[in-house]
Amino acid sequence: MAESVIVVHQLTKKFGDFTAVDSVSFEVRRGEVVGYLGPNGSGKTTTMRMLLGLLRPTSGSATVLGYDIVRDAERIRPLVGYMSQKFALYDDLTVRENLAFYGGVYGLTEAQLRSRLAELFPLIGLEGRENMCAGALSGGWRQRLAMGIALVHQPQLLFLDEPTSGVDPEARREFWDIIYTLAERGVTVFVSTHYMDEAEYCGRLGLMNQGRLLALDTPSALKREAVPGEAWDIAAQPLLPALEALEALPGVTQAGLLGNRLHALTARGAHTTETLGRALAAFAPQVEAAEVTLEDVFAVLTRSPAGMTPKQHVG
Amino acid sequence: MLNTRLLSLIRKEFIQISRDPRTLVLVIVIPVMQLFLLGYAATHDVRNVPLAVFNQDRGPEARALLDAYRAADYFRLAFDAGSEAELRRLIGEGRARVGLIIPPDYGTQLQRGAAQVAFILDGSDPTVASTALAAAQLIGQAHGTQILAERLAARGVALSLTPPVEVRTQVWYNPDLEAAHFMVPGVIGMILYALTSLLTATAIVRERERGTIEQLIVTPIRPWELIVGKMLPYVSLALFNTVEVLAIGAWWFGVPVRGDLWLILGISVIFLMTSLGIGLFASTVAHTQQEAMLTVWMTLLPSIFLSGFFFPLEAMPQVLQWLSYAMPLRYYLSIIRSLLLKGVGFAEIQGDVLALTVFGLVIMTAAVVRFRKRLD
Repeated sequence: MAESVIVVHQLTKKFGDFTAVDSVSFEVRRGEVVGYLGPNGSGKTTTMRMLLGLLRPTSGSATVLGYDIVRDAERIRPLVGYMSQKFALYDDLTVRENLAFYGGVYGLTEAQLRSRLAELFPLIGLEGRENMCAGALSGGWRQRLAMGIALVHQPQLLFLDEPTSGVDPEARREFWDIIYTLAERGVTVFVSTHYMDEAEYCGRLGLMNQGRLLALDTPSALKREAVPGEAWDIAAQPLLPALEALEALPGVTQAGLLGNRLHALTARGAHTTETLGRALAAFAPQVEAAEVTLEDVFAVLTRSPAGMTPKQHVG
Repeated sequence: MLNTRLLSLIRKEFIQISRDPRTLVLVIVIPVMQLFLLGYAATHDVRNVPLAVFNQDRGPEARALLDAYRAADYFRLAFDAGSEAELRRLIGEGRARVGLIIPPDYGTQLQRGAAQVAFILDGSDPTVASTALAAAQLIGQAHGTQILAERLAARGVALSLTPPVEVRTQVWYNPDLEAAHFMVPGVIGMILYALTSLLTATAIVRERERGTIEQLIVTPIRPWELIVGKMLPYVSLALFNTVEVLAIGAWWFGVPVRGDLWLILGISVIFLMTSLGIGLFASTVAHTQQEAMLTVWMTLLPSIFLSGFFFPLEAMPQVLQWLSYAMPLRYYLSIIRSLLLKGVGFAEIQGDVLALTVFGLVIMTAAVVRFRKRLD
């Protein structure tokens, strides 16, 4: 197994009485793409900021690339890249000037910068826009430039804090292509998101809720282990009374709305299409076996029925 | 000291300044505008005060008195009022600032011995009124002395009317008492203070607003490089402005530059520690650029009024005079006026320079400490 580039041990951050990150422990190995999934305010950004030396942990410890995040923050900085959800661009500078500025701040000489930019522009797909003002770029292009800034000094480890928020689905998909290209080149990527579909792309996935890391594993392992049973999609009329009836059935561990249908989890072997169809006969049901989703995992782990919503967001 | 990180930051800052029309106007146009406004408008020189005369005598004696008033350029015989009511109205409407009433028997009274005229002043502007009052009395006295001399001469007494004690006045440093000579050094102080503190504060807060400061902190840039790199461009702009205002002051307003130019610039740099420190401090307090500007303005206003920029410190109540010692601008203005107008050397100003240095160091240290805390 590859070496660990991030080792986090019972990391905690309190802001007054509020515990933003509550005793979180995990490891990330070289070359992994690890996702950090959770609703807004679940402690994703705070964890990342502590690992980057932007915030001091209240207790616990962590190392990044072998360096302690409190004592050796300055040694970590040249080795890691960071892209914040705000896309830290200078709107009055051109694309090239933005990259040249951050390159200079990382100590790149003119010659190094030129050769680095020559590699970077095709990777982030900003060729032909070098001399556009950053302020004139639309969301997807801004995101790519912010990624370029995080990559300008060729970091081994990349922290991406909700890099795809506010960007259209097409641009999000292309952005994940860039992440995979980087991973193939050996860059470790630690990426937070609140999009469930994106979470599926991650090699391993941590689930955060209210400051706690609920689980960290591959998406398929999470589905297998967190949800011991079957998932079902049920069309029924009228919907809400049908949901009440479903929730009241023995063997149903979780039920909720998914679009204009019902989505239910049942204990292993407790139900079949027929038993569910009979139990809901009053509602003209059409029952189909369904895949366990990450929403299901999240809902089970947080025991909150509100976890399932028609949107791809959690909570 | 000048490494790639610092150079990149300085270059970026200059690019941003050159692309922001607001900053360019602030840096290039405002100082010149301020200089012209204050050089011309803020003058305390009182000339050509409009005078309304209600002359009920019209004899040669009355005309001689009016000639005396006309001869001095303090007054302009603007109105010949037909009645006391008209004169009253002219002053009330502000068309005349002063009025002179000559009684119908002025000539006869004068021939008999002594006559009286009434001089009325609009006191609503004390500066104008006090100058006009002094001028009116002086003209009256001179005219009286002249009449006396003529009378004695008529009786065959040749008398030299030189008073036994004569006070010969000599005005040093600014012999024509030109207001611009007083204002130009003040404008330099104002610009160094206001411009640099405003620009530094907004430049840093802008980075915080946009989230770029967070991105900068995760780079290997050191806090001191961040602070120096942010400030150096504004220091150079401020020094450019100093020279700009000095040049216009010297060529257009004829303000003398008697002291050593390098000493002036050196002391300006010391003073800049204070204004940069205030800007830096404001940036740690404020969350938006507007808040930053307001914070700077709050320190700016007392500085302007309590530094002797507009009003002489000696004329202020004792408490305000004490307060003025807490205004770094006070020391700088005192130094720069001495250097420009009096051409003194370092020895004469070292006390003020020391005070300025202490202020600069204290404010800058406090700001840097606070700024670093916010980086954590």
